[in-house]
Amino acid sequence: MFGNTVRRILRFAIVGQIACASAALAAEPLKIGVILPFTGPYAIYGTKILNGAKLYLSQHGGRIGDREVELVTADDTGVAPELSKRLAQQLLIKDKVSFLVGFGLTPSALTVAPLATQAKVPMIVMNASTTGLTRKSPFIIRVSQTQPQVTEPMAKWAIENGVRKVYTLVADYSPGHDSEKQFTETFTKAGGEIVGSVRYPLNNADPSPYLEKIKDANPQAVFVFLPPGELSIAFIKGFKSRGLEAAGMKLFGTSLTEEAVIDATGDAAIGVITASNYSEPHRSPENDAYVAAYRKAYGEDRPNYMSVAGYDGIALIARVAETKGTVVTGQAFMDAVKGISWASPRGPVQIDPETRDIVQSVYIRKTEKVDGRLENVEFATYPGVRDPQDR
Amino acid sequence: MTPSWEAAAVRLRERERWKSPETVFWCAALVAPFVLPDDHLFLSQIAILGLFCLSLDLVLGIAGILSLGQAAFFGLGGYTAGLFAIHVDGDPLLGLVVAMVATSLLGVLAAPLLLGGRDLTRLLITVAVAGILYEAANKWSAVTGGVDGLQGIVIAPLFGKIEFDLGGTVAYWYALAVLFLVFLGLRRLKSSPFGLALAGIRLNPQRMPALGVPVDRRLTVAYAIGGAVAGIAGALLAQTTQFVSLDALSFHRSAELMLILVLGGAGNLYGALLGAIVFSVAHHLLSEINPMYWQFWMGTLLILIVLFAKDGLTGGLSRLRDHLWKGGTAP
Repeated sequence: MFGNTVRRILRFAIVGQIACASAALAAEPLKIGVILPFTGPYAIYGTKILNGAKLYLSQHGGRIGDREVELVTADDTGVAPELSKRLAQQLLIKDKVSFLVGFGLTPSALTVAPLATQAKVPMIVMNASTTGLTRKSPFIIRVSQTQPQVTEPMAKWAIENGVRKVYTLVADYSPGHDSEKQFTETFTKAGGEIVGSVRYPLNNADPSPYLEKIKDANPQAVFVFLPPGELSIAFIKGFKSRGLEAAGMKLFGTSLTEEAVIDATGDAAIGVITASNYSEPHRSPENDAYVAAYRKAYGEDRPNYMSVAGYDGIALIARVAETKGTVVTGQAFMDAVKGISWASPRGPVQIDPETRDIVQSVYIRKTEKVDGRLENVEFATYPGVRDPQDR
Repeated sequence: MTPSWEAAAVRLRERERWKSPETVFWCAALVAPFVLPDDHLFLSQIAILGLFCLSLDLVLGIAGILSLGQAAFFGLGGYTAGLFAIHVDGDPLLGLVVAMVATSLLGVLAAPLLLGGRDLTRLLITVAVAGILYEAANKWSAVTGGVDGLQGIVIAPLFGKIEFDLGGTVAYWYALAVLFLVFLGLRRLKSSPFGLALAGIRLNPQRMPALGVPVDRRLTVAYAIGGAVAGIAGALLAQTTQFVSLDALSFHRSAELMLILVLGGAGNLYGALLGAIVFSVAHHLLSEINPMYWQFWMGTLLILIVLFAKDGLTGGLSRLRDHLWKGGTAP
């Protein structure tokens, strides 16, 4: 009885304080530090993610709750960990940001993780996709995807649809290795056979010898992970021109035909089957609104899985503010964010209460021409997928 | 003793003398953290870049070995210091020594490959050595972390007492102290008989053997010392950021270093430091003003500097000084 009274008084005092504090802060803009590559070979991450983040804000009057939002952007040029760290430190100390968001590649996220812990500032990862990244600091949340998360459903779908012999080809760096490992694990456990696997050097522009080798092995399908861009485009084109498709082989992938490169790939992409967490033609009221707004804001530039992660990262801050009734930061944000779910343009998503990684639907898509445009058309859904390496 | 010999000795001694602009330079380095209280981590990274650039100045500017692969030593130093801290001991100074030993060994081992060829062949070999190390670190991901980088480096307090802080204050003083000591060593080396022999080799590689100078041995030592300096720089970066990634070994880093040295002016040590400062500050300010298109302005700036000061900032500055003196504005 006495304990209850004390608790009630305490709660009243705390709530009062928070209310006072938020009233004082209402005038001040909420600062969000954005660390992304805007120049160099990974500039596409930066521009697409920032497009998404800005789109959310422009749809909501530049505000989250009662606070005006200021995005403070910084270019970490891709893989330059000491630069990412310095920029993060600067955003924390000089600009006094309440959130650190972005992070195109894993090394930059890893090097900033200890700063987030020390400064108790939530860090929202919008792209870097290595398994277990969120374990590096209790202040990390990821809203993008992990490589195993999108690879597992691809392997499952292959098995469920009668594919038994697969050849894997992955880029020879960590994300490629992760894909190869996950596909092989899921596929062989379910009774499939990997008839050959090869790791593809990142600086190689000519896929021909690899394609010939795969052709000789005669698998039912080829699972490919290559970073979207020059390499993936050359491979998809070669797959068709070297007659692998004509020989009845299927081409499986994850980000292989994502919207930023699909037009450059051209008609050779038709028929490629991929697994991903976001597709531009996804049918839902949220995505219809999102795509319409994106096209209106950025014209010919197409929304893709990167821009939706930028959009959702800001949406997440707003979603937490909505449930708490006011914008919360630091530890209070971290307490509230665990287990939270919302309707994203990509479909229903949730922040895993334990790992703080994203739980989301993964869609199997086939690239088709719809009204003269190449689109990844979804035809199967695996709901509520977690990172299989971290659950 | 001939008079010309004597005159040369006087000239050398004059060159070795500590001059007042040097005192100003180092005093500025001491004052900088008080003027820029929020930028200590940035300052520490400039100091580290300056140290890294000194290594190329010794190898290229003084000894004349065309190297586009200094990142090999930088990365090896970083990974050595990082792995040493993770698996053996977190003491920063011990880590520096280990990194220095490892990188000078690499220098000694790689030198014979270089000595066989001339300028362009040497250039390609330095690129190849760095490339091999890069791929090795990429493949050996169980140890190096591969593309994700080496995580979990915990550095013990300096001298067992001074903890590295979030703001990078300790990192700056630590990096500056190491930079200054290495600088003093290289300054001595430059005007020592060894340094003069290197300069001779650079200026006339055919004549030096005739004078009885063991060219190959001199160059091997110079390359190894240059490697060790780059290794120390890499180790400092690993320790102060507690992270090493493949990027430390990348070609991009070697090329950028060459650019910085050319920008600052090669062969006089201060060019390396000045180049590092101007490059870093320009990068920092321009990318802050415009995160999307700053590289355009950076390129413009570099072109302007090269147009107006062909021998780098230090060359341009000393010509400016001579010009002013001739104009009668100075003593």
